[in-house]
Amino acid sequence: MSIGHTLLGLLESGPRHGYDLKRAFDEKFGHDRPLHYGQVYSTMSRLLKNGLVEVDGIEAGGGPERKRYAITEAGITDVERWLATPEKPEPYLQSTLYTKVVLALLTSRDAADVLDTQRSEHLRSMRILTDRKRRGDLADQLICDHALFHLEADLRWLELTAARLDKLREAVAR
Amino acid sequence: MTTTPPPGSLLVARDLRKVYGPTTALDGAAFSIHPGEVVAVMGPSGSGKSTLLHCLAGIVTPDSGSILYDGRELTAMSDSERSALRRSEFGFVFQFGQLVPELTCVENVALPMRLNGTPRKEAERAALAWMERLEVDDVRGKRPGEVSGGQGQRVAVARALVTGPRLLFADEPTGALDSLNGERVMELLTEAARSANAAVVLVTHEARVAAYSDREIVVRDGRSRDMERVV
Amino acid sequence: MSAAQWARDLGMGLRFAFAGGREGWTRALLTAVGVGLGVALLLLTTALPAALAERDRREEGRLNYTYGEQIARADDTLMTADTNTEFGGRDIRGRLLEPEGDKAPLPPGLREFPAPGDMLVSPALKELLDSGDGALLRERLPYDIVGTIGEQGLIGSQELAYYAGAQGLADRAGDGLVGRIDSFGDPNPTEEEMDPVLMLLILVVFVVLLMPVAVFIAAAVRFGGERRDRRLAALRLVGSDGGMTRRIAAGEALGGALLGLVFGTAFFLAGREFAASVEVFRISVFPSYLNPSPLLALLVAVAVPAAAVLVTLLALRGVVIEPLGVVRTARPARRRLWWRLLFPLAGVVMLVPMLGQGKENGEFNGYLVTGGVICLLVGVTALLPWFVETVVARLGSGSVSWQLAVRRLQLSSGTAARMVNGIAVAVAGAIALQMLFAGVEADYTKETGYDVSLAQMQVRVPEGTEIDAATAKLAETEGVRKVYPLSEGYFADRPYTEEPQRSAQLTVGDCATLREVAKLPSCADGDVFAVQGGEHDTDTPSLSRPGQKLYAEVPSPGEEMKEVEWTVPGALKEAASVEDPTGTKRGGFLLTRGAMPDDLAEAVRGQLYLAIDDSVPHAREHVRNTAAAIDPLSDPMTWSATERTERFDTIRTGLFVGAAAVLALIGASLLVSQLEQLRERRKLLAALVAFGTRRRTLSLSVLWQTAVPIGLGLLLAAAVGITLGAVLLRMTATPVGVDWPSVLQMTGIGAGVVLVVTLLSLPPLLRMMRPDGLRTE
Repeated sequence: MSIGHTLLGLLESGPRHGYDLKRAFDEKFGHDRPLHYGQVYSTMSRLLKNGLVEVDGIEAGGGPERKRYAITEAGITDVERWLATPEKPEPYLQSTLYTKVVLALLTSRDAADVLDTQRSEHLRSMRILTDRKRRGDLADQLICDHALFHLEADLRWLELTAARLDKLREAVAR
Repeated sequence: MTTTPPPGSLLVARDLRKVYGPTTALDGAAFSIHPGEVVAVMGPSGSGKSTLLHCLAGIVTPDSGSILYDGRELTAMSDSERSALRRSEFGFVFQFGQLVPELTCVENVALPMRLNGTPRKEAERAALAWMERLEVDDVRGKRPGEVSGGQGQRVAVARALVTGPRLLFADEPTGALDSLNGERVMELLTEAARSANAAVVLVTHEARVAAYSDREIVVRDGRSRDMERVV
Repeated sequence: MSAAQWARDLGMGLRFAFAGGREGWTRALLTAVGVGLGVALLLLTTALPAALAERDRREEGRLNYTYGEQIARADDTLMTADTNTEFGGRDIRGRLLEPEGDKAPLPPGLREFPAPGDMLVSPALKELLDSGDGALLRERLPYDIVGTIGEQGLIGSQELAYYAGAQGLADRAGDGLVGRIDSFGDPNPTEEEMDPVLMLLILVVFVVLLMPVAVFIAAAVRFGGERRDRRLAALRLVGSDGGMTRRIAAGEALGGALLGLVFGTAFFLAGREFAASVEVFRISVFPSYLNPSPLLALLVAVAVPAAAVLVTLLALRGVVIEPLGVVRTARPARRRLWWRLLFPLAGVVMLVPMLGQGKENGEFNGYLVTGGVICLLVGVTALLPWFVETVVARLGSGSVSWQLAVRRLQLSSGTAARMVNGIAVAVAGAIALQMLFAGVEADYTKETGYDVSLAQMQVRVPEGTEIDAATAKLAETEGVRKVYPLSEGYFADRPYTEEPQRSAQLTVGDCATLREVAKLPSCADGDVFAVQGGEHDTDTPSLSRPGQKLYAEVPSPGEEMKEVEWTVPGALKEAASVEDPTGTKRGGFLLTRGAMPDDLAEAVRGQLYLAIDDSVPHAREHVRNTAAAIDPLSDPMTWSATERTERFDTIRTGLFVGAAAVLALIGASLLVSQLEQLRERRKLLAALVAFGTRRRTLSLSVLWQTAVPIGLGLLLAAAVGITLGAVLLRMTATPVGVDWPSVLQMTGIGAGVVLVVTLLSLPPLLRMMRPDGLRTE
């Protein structure tokens, strides 16, 4: 899962402090694994270096200084590209896909597009596996079947998510 | 979504609309298929997949839109013309309930040829050849009620292909089968279709069935998305 | 098995019958309508004997019986004249009334006598006279309508009848149509003994009509069977055992049957009201006639639900209801023939002892007759499934539609046979009866002997009317081609007071008319002929000696006989008798007009024989009108070659009415099961249409599917019917002959029902063939 893209996506709705970013991330995506504060800073400095975010302002006050980050045009394009690129079908993809879908919803993009694109990519892999299975021996068939069933499970999740996009949109907007 | 049909398409449908009472089944769907191509039509239940297939096959007339098959406009044809087209150029496989229960399997397979006026002997000879390819020639004398689901579905595939159709419509052909039988049916169906250079419109909600296709389109809320042209 | 458990299971089934949602309701309703129709017919049948008896009673109650003792004029006497006529093929009962005192008897249905020139009419006649069609009739009955005849005076709601007031009837008392009575009704009623052959006919008619109703009710409780089976499987799944399931199914059928009883009563009551407004085969009844006998009605109320339970239990016998579905032994054991043959054989055995008893000792054992006929007809229902299965199994495949139909029949020939059983039974019975009718018809049909080709009507010239004037009037009437006026009377060898021994007929007419009755050597006015070779004439040769005195009677009512003396002239010519317009060869004397002395004119009665031109519309009605204008008592007669006895006609009519009702009923049940079958195949039909099956192919296959079993059923019905007919004919000692026209007619009606049913089921079929059937939602 790309934390950088996720944080960028969160910034799209408006500039935020680093601490806010961590809280928003944990709330939406970090159900079982909250983000370390240090991870936020190292990621943000990488993004700053790549010109995808800029510092919007610094609040001096009691305690540590607080930078406010804002996303740049290049940052938005990067998020766009990331969302449109299907993930390589592989096991345990859900967290990435989930993040993408939620981000798409958060940024008012078409989440169904994300899912459709992903389905298409999955099917492409499944076609290749199916083809290999047809030509191969029993061992090939069993191996391919294993992969196919996993991909199918992903796809079922995709379908289910697609069917529940409206509910998810409401939940995310809260 | 505008689609420019690629040249050499066998069947091109544009902007199909169909309303059943209060429900809109199709709302501007489009579709195209090349000769010999296998296209999966995917989407959740109630999305309009089956209605799309019925329209493409000339079983149902859409309320508006155009369906061009081999240069002929399907929506402008009379019912009997479309029936004749279905008899001679199209083949059909449904989920269940399509075999005539009182006819034997070989008679079922021969039925479309006989509808076209082929003499019984000749039709049944051709039927038997197809049943051999689909590995169901051993049940030729049995009635559909006496054979397994997988066998029955393969009989149905043989029947769909016996007239040498250019376009095969399959609506959830494995819907009532377990995965092993379903796969066998799909393998035989696509192989047979490819060898006969028949295009296949495959309506399914199962990814592993759709994986037997060359490409897929997705129908949602009566609108279609052709994934190949989006990516 | 405890009664309580039976009751519980049946009760549960009853609840299922009505609580099964829309589908359950539909099924219960279908069954109820079917059973209801059957029940209504049963109730009608139970009411029929009473209705016919009531008709007879009323008919008897209004008889003006004038053949008894001569009654002297008094203040309680009434003069009546029969002036029946016919209009448009319908009989009209007409009576002229002239009370001779204050206490003159009123006919039933009248509150007071119509004044001369007035008349009281039946409601149906009033309607006819008021309508445009009745204009011609109005001319014939020029009386003022002052009221209607009450129900007590009529034998049917559609009967045409009138009572008109008259004057001077006493002067016409010598006329056979005029008489004096002091009361209405048969003065000495006799219990008319039913002819055993007629009794046999009535018995058979009832059995023949009721059998199909029973078959129909049995079929009706099985409507919607397939869906019910699925529900029963679900019951098994939740743990009811086989017996329970069967009883629950029986309970469902019971529900339908009970509702059917209610429906049947309603249908019957509605039909009863409707019955008043129709006239079937010239018989109409009043609703009040149709009161089912309470005992029989009770029997129906008990027997129908019981039969429903029984039939269901029997039908489920060959079916194994398993928790996961209903297993009909996939290929039922081939139907065996031997026990099916037992029924017709038993029937024949029961009837054989009575062979030839119809004529002499005339005793039929009612139970044996009924039992035998029932066995033969049940034989049809038992044989038909075997017959259909055997034949269908051998049918080859032809066109696609034929193949579809034949294969379907091979798979479920039992269903098909069940469908046509009703028709087969009805047709078999009807054929047998028709044969019986045709066979005994000769006995019950008098050859009237009238030569219809020469003259078709006869009009009496009443007393006091000039024959020439009447001839002229009739000759001018529209549609009359020729009038043959003849005056007729009788000569006797002695005056009537001296009891004559020999007699000869006397015919007076002009030469042209006389040539129609005898071959005359030559003829001039004033000639007298003695006719040789007349039928039933033995006395003419001995009476025709010149100079012999003969006496002719002059009818004069209530007074001393008068007679006219006539002497056989010397110049007597010989004539040879030929068939006259009435078809008889007459004998006696022929007198030309000029040869008749004036006083003899009193002793002869004019008869006008009319040749009618039937190409003129209403020719006969015009003749009747002219005749009535000449005199209401002129009594025009239309000749037909034969006339049957009335009672025989009634039975035959009853059969037709019943057969029509039964076939309509069976047609309805055929339609219901046909539609149900189509609905079950909806998806298959849609799939067949999808891959391009022509509507014609499927429609044809539906037709074959009905036509083949029906054809076989009719074939079997014809065979059994002819057998039964032959046996019945032998019983009445009548030569056996197959009445092919009636066989064709009955099978034709059966086939017609099939055709109508197929036609009626086509629109739903075409609707179901719409691709919407493919939609799963």
